[in-house]
Amino acid sequence: MNTEGNSAAPLLWAEEIPGGAHWSGVLRRGVALRLAALADDANVAALFYSREQPLERYNMADTLKAQHTAHLTTGCVCYSDMGRILCSLTADTCGWHDPLCGLTDAAHISERYGATRFQEERNERFVSGREAMLVELGKYGLGERDLNANINFFSKVVVDHTGAMQLASGHAKAGQSVTLRFEMDSLVLLHAGPHPLAAGSRYAPSAIRIEARRVAPPRADDPCRLRCPENARGFINTERHYA
Amino acid sequence: MSLGAVVNEVVPAGEPWMGVVRRGQRLRIVDLEGNQAVDTLFYNAADTAEHYSAQDTIQAQRGIYLTTGTVLLSNRGAPMLRIADDTCGRHDTLGGACSAESNTVRYALEKRHMHSCRDSFLLALARHNAAGGAVTKRDLPSNINFFMNVPVTATGALRFADGISAAGRHVELVALIDVLVLISNCPQLNNPCNAYNPTPIRVMTWENA
Repeated sequence: MNTEGNSAAPLLWAEEIPGGAHWSGVLRRGVALRLAALADDANVAALFYSREQPLERYNMADTLKAQHTAHLTTGCVCYSDMGRILCSLTADTCGWHDPLCGLTDAAHISERYGATRFQEERNERFVSGREAMLVELGKYGLGERDLNANINFFSKVVVDHTGAMQLASGHAKAGQSVTLRFEMDSLVLLHAGPHPLAAGSRYAPSAIRIEARRVAPPRADDPCRLRCPENARGFINTERHYA
Repeated sequence: MSLGAVVNEVVPAGEPWMGVVRRGQRLRIVDLEGNQAVDTLFYNAADTAEHYSAQDTIQAQRGIYLTTGTVLLSNRGAPMLRIADDTCGRHDTLGGACSAESNTVRYALEKRHMHSCRDSFLLALARHNAAGGAVTKRDLPSNINFFMNVPVTATGALRFADGISAAGRHVELVALIDVLVLISNCPQLNNPCNAYNPTPIRVMTWENA
């Protein structure tokens, strides 16, 4: 398996997202976005919307149900609510990404890490996941009503037989990466902020490097397509949309 | 049990139900024949952009199942309802609603035309012109599935298991604010969430004595 995430393909662009910062942009069908953790204990909250019709968006439940999973890794895909695949996890050296736990909000951040304001802290202030996403959504005419369940890349949350959730400590390591191959033209929102179940009171989220590369379309033997019969049908639905 | 009930209705499988439950009133949903998934969303009746949030709720209680004592939180982190009584034991927060489109992925492309919870949700919103048309597909976040059993394993697998509910079991909630309730009594025929046989439920509301 190509754990380098198609790094042989020519780089279209790359950016660094500082720890605590948020980002949005459009990733076209046929482009892969590699997210790389630049420090240990990274977390990247992510949301995906169809660029063509943002009412079609990443759907946690459909993603989990179709693949009978409560975590995401290589071979998994991210489903929209319309039975199509927004993006596929084609490479992953981290091994487990959390689709369950959601975002931090302002109350959580100030209680856990202390209240900060731009006036004193300048760009070192602490921004909550919810506020980060609302700001990015607003740039596209979207808002609170469009803020659905998100993914937390680089975080592992294990559920025990009673349903209790626990964040695995020391899961993500500097240098690990996950590659998302976009199967639809997508609006992508990212926030390099702390996971909502993160322990400790020191606010020090990892910076993230993002790299975009043009990649080949998924072949008939693509591991994401072959992961389960559901994904084979998801790719058919997506390919029909672009036929 | 039905003494003084404001609402006391049987909702057949495949039908939606919408109504307002005022602050302090109780809402009871009865699984009349057993193993019936009841897809449910709650909105702040005064501002429907605020709604039940699965992720906020499970994050706050650090657990994925709902049962007695669970406080359902909104997307703004505010308490909406509290589960006051539950004779089933646990309810699902992760499975979401079936839709025509997800049925094509999960079962077969040809199953697009089978009835689904999202179709029921959309029909209810249209019929009731919910909040003057302010509630639309945009406002359909991940819902609760009362009486549905979706265990997650320690290795991160998710299963749709046989139901743990049975005929006559119920869940009862107390509204902490005025809430708009949107229910789809699930018509899914392709998995064990309804024991392959969708059946009626009873919806009751009454004043908290």
